[in-house]
Amino acid sequence: MTTHDSYASATDTTEGRVYSVTGGDWDSLVTEIGQTKEERVVVNMGPQHPSTHGVLRLVLELEGETITEARAGIGYLHTGIEKNTEYRTWTQGVTFVTRMDYLAPIFNETAYCLSLEKLLGITNDIPERASEIRVLMMELNRISSHMVALGTGALELGALSPMIFAFREREKVLDVFEMISGLRMNMAYVRPGGVAQDLPKGAIAKIRETVKELRHNFKDNEKLLVGNSIWMLRTKGIGYLDLAGCTTLGITGPVLRSAGMPWDLRKTEPYCGYENYEFDVITTNTCDVYGRFLIRMQELEQSLRIIEQACDKLEKSEGQPVMVADKKIAWPSQLSVGSDGMGNSLEHIREIMGTSMESLIHHFKLVTEGFRVPAGQAYAAVESPRGETGVHLVSDGGTRPYRVHFREPSFNNLQATSAMAEGGMIADVIGAVASIDPVMGGVDR
Amino acid sequence: MSENNGMFGASGSGDTSGFGGLARSAANFGSSERPYGSYFDEITDELERAYPEFNSAIEKVVIDRGELTLHVKREKLFDTAMKLRDTQSLRFEVCLGVSGVHYPEDKTRELHAVYPLLSMTHNRRIRLEVSAPDSDPHIPSLVEVWAGNNWHERETWDMFGIIFDGHPGLTRILMPDDWPGHPQRKDYPLGGIPIEYKGATVPAPSERRSYR
Repeated sequence: MTTHDSYASATDTTEGRVYSVTGGDWDSLVTEIGQTKEERVVVNMGPQHPSTHGVLRLVLELEGETITEARAGIGYLHTGIEKNTEYRTWTQGVTFVTRMDYLAPIFNETAYCLSLEKLLGITNDIPERASEIRVLMMELNRISSHMVALGTGALELGALSPMIFAFREREKVLDVFEMISGLRMNMAYVRPGGVAQDLPKGAIAKIRETVKELRHNFKDNEKLLVGNSIWMLRTKGIGYLDLAGCTTLGITGPVLRSAGMPWDLRKTEPYCGYENYEFDVITTNTCDVYGRFLIRMQELEQSLRIIEQACDKLEKSEGQPVMVADKKIAWPSQLSVGSDGMGNSLEHIREIMGTSMESLIHHFKLVTEGFRVPAGQAYAAVESPRGETGVHLVSDGGTRPYRVHFREPSFNNLQATSAMAEGGMIADVIGAVASIDPVMGGVDR
Repeated sequence: MSENNGMFGASGSGDTSGFGGLARSAANFGSSERPYGSYFDEITDELERAYPEFNSAIEKVVIDRGELTLHVKREKLFDTAMKLRDTQSLRFEVCLGVSGVHYPEDKTRELHAVYPLLSMTHNRRIRLEVSAPDSDPHIPSLVEVWAGNNWHERETWDMFGIIFDGHPGLTRILMPDDWPGHPQRKDYPLGGIPIEYKGATVPAPSERRSYR
């Protein structure tokens, strides 16, 4: 290199000559590499790279600009959530699992709670209003997650404006989350037996207004990208993965639907009463990045439809319970949103501290000790924005989980990177990874 | 499998409440009786027809909470998986990964691997469960049957130390390559948090007093 850089200079190793690139004059590097006889070049992308969706490391073996081998290195965000839950009560588990796939917290919570409710045998006792709120929250969350997928996906391929529009819409959804749960992400709002608290006054009206705005604004993003010739050149025919590839790799979600398979757990195995909502499963048969992009775009509208129907149902079920009736499982208090987030409602504190000793004992036992879950195992799955989020729970009959395992769609789907990228150009690996939409918090857990 | 005595977890305390006489043992699931209900009879019948070694391969069939679990002998896991995938009337074309579970008290069957299977053709789900002793933690790999199991098996090796024979590259995936031990095993030592207060330390989570 012409200039010396103490952090990025060439060194000789047993594996060959290693060049570190941190910016600078690309031409001088190309000239220098061009002098070596070796045609095979291994490029190490990440673990910190602006276009890898978090701390993902890609090891790419190149011949010219063609990728001959692509491998993903993960684990940089491993936090041991599964192990941690084994030393907390079943209810506290919600607070942990919500932090796995941090763009889809409500889906993690719901999948965990559905699996736990199956273990408890109370699946049919969950109040309808609780399920309606869960559906409402999940679909709002699907929108906020898809907005990140579309925004950052476009950003990574060099289109800056869609990201600004997408994050503007995402903020609106997060505002709704804040109004309902007190928190914008990692809410721990869905609880075993129902949800933490009922919708606050005025929530439905705000959601209806937000839906109207979103529907109008989604058109901006659509105009920017759908049919845009540069965008289509970068995404059409890129990251190809057909149905056979998807099934053997266990791929679900938009990637599977882009191979023409109308597989959506909301339709095939309805949970939380999804059978009572009208919506379409979007598919394309292009098997490529463009197809996955179109699917996410159109799923936004389907989510809005479901949210509107959920609002109608919630208006009718006003005043009904949002937590299972069994007092030995239900969280003793309904919480309330204060200026610093979700906390105990003052009314409840007044009752346990001032009027009823029995309430206090009940509260204390359930909060510190928790409820016992009959021994056994269960698996429940929901359709998250990225595919099937499945939860395998094992109980030994105690107040703490014996084993919590998340089948994370990001973790599973990221395996397709090699199949999508190998044989293609190095520039296209970015689009392929973006179309999988991996969230590293979910991948590494 | 395990038995809890007294006030379920509080040990060594002067228990005067009368709960001291309580003993509760965790449920041990035996094989379920026919009819299994739902589509479970059909699946076991079809598998029996397609797989002549069914009786020697399947240790027990457990129906619990509306889910079917086939406990398979590890030597027969690969064949069973192949039959489940390829038989027209079964068609479990998707495997949703592996979940390891460590039962240190289940002697000679300490390590379990659980495979949730999905048939998109018939919209059905079942679960396979395999066990291996701690002293010989080998289970055949299913990557050849479902390629997507690759990373899941690496994760289970990483977390539980189950060796999947025939895996194309069984290396750690979430923990660093040189990490000692397998963190999600029940006997994995957890660290306490050192705090500066008269030399005291907070005990590890696994050793703190707790309700069980």
